[in-house]
Amino acid sequence: MNPLTGYLLVAALLFAIGLAGALTRRNAILVLIGIELMLNAANLNLIAFWRYGPHPEALTGMMFAIFSIAVAAAEAAVGLGLVISIHRHAHTTDLDAMNRMKG
Amino acid sequence: MNFAFYLISGLAVAGALAAVLLKNTVHCALALTVAFAGIAMLFLQLGAQFAGFAQILVYIGAVAILVVFAILLTRGSETPRDGVYSKFPLTGLAIAAAVFAVLGWAVLNSASALPGAETTSAAPTVTVMDIGNALMSRYVLPLEIVALLLTAALIGAVIVAMHEKEEAN
Repeated sequence: MNPLTGYLLVAALLFAIGLAGALTRRNAILVLIGIELMLNAANLNLIAFWRYGPHPEALTGMMFAIFSIAVAAAEAAVGLGLVISIHRHAHTTDLDAMNRMKG
Repeated sequence: MNFAFYLISGLAVAGALAAVLLKNTVHCALALTVAFAGIAMLFLQLGAQFAGFAQILVYIGAVAILVVFAILLTRGSETPRDGVYSKFPLTGLAIAAAVFAVLGWAVLNSASALPGAETTSAAPTVTVMDIGNALMSRYVLPLEIVALLLTAALIGAVIVAMHEKEEAN
């Protein structure tokens, strides 16, 4: 098997697992965990294409992955801050219980 | 495709599955760390040393700790009465399975067109110095924007999670 195909399949599997977690879990933190897994799967794709692409010395895929890691870190910080804020307000992290826009 | 690839990707997928399926939220966070470590090892396997170590530092060192903090601050380790899954788990599972089927079909169908079939040679030698030079020359504007974004996210996260006692009174 083509090595790039193997990495792409693993990344697709990780993405699907993360999507399943984000769609089926009730706890908001677990949904964020699923989103982190999906972001990581995308990073794996970027690095795999950088490694097996025609011009690895141009560093394009590597830079994309590094910036993506930085943006994902910012997303995790703000997302978990929001979860803590909602928990202080509504005393729950259950997404099915959060059915009001008004505080 | 060597043995190390199968071992590491099996570890990453098992960690991801455990992070999504386990009932106890703290166990989920620990399994997430295993998945992140597996993905970092895949990066190293691909010859991307800097990205691999950045993954270890940022995800295992920061994001996993942040998740554990959030779980403990929200008492999320208590299993809720009405189960850990949402009202329609089968719909979510079906959507995820359909997405994986489409992605896998696309990857397998385009396998002959993908690059890499002939370049099974050694990994490209990219040193940290090359990355630093690229970050300081060609990618300096994105770097500055990311710095601004991280500062804004840091301040924003602190303000969002801060107590608002004086406003309530």
